[in-house]
Amino acid sequence: MNKTVWIVLIILGLLAPFIVYPIFMMKLLCFALFACAFNLLLGYTGLLSFGHAAFFGGASYITGHLVKVSGLTPELGVLGGTLFAALLGYVVGSLAIRRQGIYFAMVTLALAQIVYFVALKAPFTGGEDGLQGIPRGNLFGLIDLNQTFTVGTSPLPLNLYYFVFIMFCLGFWMIHRAINSPFGQVLKAIRENEPRAVSLGYNVDRFKLMAFVISAALSGMAGSLKSLVFQLASLTDVSWHSSGEVVLMTLLGGVGTVLGPLAGAFTVVTLQSELSSVGSWITVIIGVTFVVCVLLFRRGFVGELGRLLKKSL
Amino acid sequence: MEISFQTVMSQVMLGLNNGVFYAILSLGLAVIFGLLNIVNFAHGALYMLGAYVALLGYTKLGVLIGMPDFHLNYWAALIVAPLVVGAIGIVIEKTMLSRLYKFDHLYGLLLTFGLALIIQGVFTNYFNVSGDPYEAKPEILNGAVNLGFMMFPKYRLWAIAVSLVVCFGTWFVIERTKLGSYLRAGTENPELVKAFGVNVPLMITLTYGYGVALAAFAGVLAAPIYSVSPVMGAEMIIVVFAVVVIGGMGSIMGSIVTGLLLGMVEGFTKVVYAPASSTVIFLIMVIVLLVKPAGLFGRES
Repeated sequence: MNKTVWIVLIILGLLAPFIVYPIFMMKLLCFALFACAFNLLLGYTGLLSFGHAAFFGGASYITGHLVKVSGLTPELGVLGGTLFAALLGYVVGSLAIRRQGIYFAMVTLALAQIVYFVALKAPFTGGEDGLQGIPRGNLFGLIDLNQTFTVGTSPLPLNLYYFVFIMFCLGFWMIHRAINSPFGQVLKAIRENEPRAVSLGYNVDRFKLMAFVISAALSGMAGSLKSLVFQLASLTDVSWHSSGEVVLMTLLGGVGTVLGPLAGAFTVVTLQSELSSVGSWITVIIGVTFVVCVLLFRRGFVGELGRLLKKSL
Repeated sequence: MEISFQTVMSQVMLGLNNGVFYAILSLGLAVIFGLLNIVNFAHGALYMLGAYVALLGYTKLGVLIGMPDFHLNYWAALIVAPLVVGAIGIVIEKTMLSRLYKFDHLYGLLLTFGLALIIQGVFTNYFNVSGDPYEAKPEILNGAVNLGFMMFPKYRLWAIAVSLVVCFGTWFVIERTKLGSYLRAGTENPELVKAFGVNVPLMITLTYGYGVALAAFAGVLAAPIYSVSPVMGAEMIIVVFAVVVIGGMGSIMGSIVTGLLLGMVEGFTKVVYAPASSTVIFLIMVIVLLVKPAGLFGRES
């Protein structure tokens, strides 16, 4: 992909809070990072995890707890959430890679359900209510993330927005680096033909596990950021619905494409906020999108576009 | 803590009651997986649908067809719900799943996940998430039976018995009859079976229909025990997935036995340490993955 595309995207990201509602934009960035992290696993390693909500939601609880109860600064909260997700990813990944294909999906789903039950029952998670009123705090103890700047008539939380944006870019860059490194080449080799990768002498399980941990950690980072943006860690984020949503975002945008998860997250998040008035019909709409996508365009938006332009996007 | 023999046995029996549902559902998943290579994520939703066919047949159907006095009774529901859901399954297979066989098996999982969301979403919109009671339990199944060591509700005993008959009947047909041998051959090598003149696509369609009809049957059986709710399937399917991972989907008997055992273990856990009862099956799955990654009855690949 060429430089101009990147520069245009970064400029768009920098200007976005002045154009669209900043909270919406931050939600979008969180889910886009989540989907990109997920795509590293599904798109580049060929592993379908149905339990990524455990990392996303689990990290948001940890961050919420660190910031709210332990009184840490937000960047340490996010770091804590991310490390937790990496550790959890190591445990879940070690178990799940023992089975292949469809079983892998079922194992991750079941393990994520344990995390869900913990979030529901443990004393420090707030049960059905979740953790509410998580303070955004001062970044490095210096920059107030609650501060708003009035542009025109509306107060914009620019400090928070740019913090989220920078973290998103960092995460996105890490994934991009991972994909375009020798490490990423091995992952693709495993996706295309695992027995051949084994016969070439690669320790396939170790590569899968590393990909899983990176993916889990960055999903966790996305969840941590979301808990600061919405000042809430909720059961929804650890439930299997969220695991399904991130699969949909990736699938809709294009599995194994760089920009696909961004497009997919944009579509799903926009759908959700535009259609919030229809209440629980949204589940049906998401379901229909899934079915249509699987039946008609398995490559996703970006994948199909890439095929038309004969380019890898 | 004093744990009496009675308490343990009653919880284990109640657990066995859950276990037969796990067994029927994982059996259906295994049969479908064997021939279609698809994990049917919609299985839980179709189990829920079966329960709703029974519920609505009893409460709403009469009004709908202009005969307010007509109620679909329990016995009829046991037949009708599997037929209705089986027919829906056949439509799903014909119109959607059959287009995906030539692609990665994961797409089947994703498609059926989408279907599960649709079915569950529709019912969530029209019905109470906390559930409605199914009040058409036949008179004859009311009350309790003395099992010697405890009094056990008659209905649950019936549910256990009839489920076991259905499970072992299915096992018998697949493992011991000519029809079953076609099915097993189709699982091993569909191309070769086609060459012998067996209509494999039809066999696949009917297998999917039968698998989901089993789920609906379990749904009707469960209706008088639990309240009928739109989320009953979602809660069930994840546990059943864990059951399937533990047992391995390679063996019909394996999935039946695993389902029964895990139900009882879950019941036992309720006595020993109740908070763990909702996660114990997942924890057993973890142990099985560590010790015998292919599953208790699975074949090492």
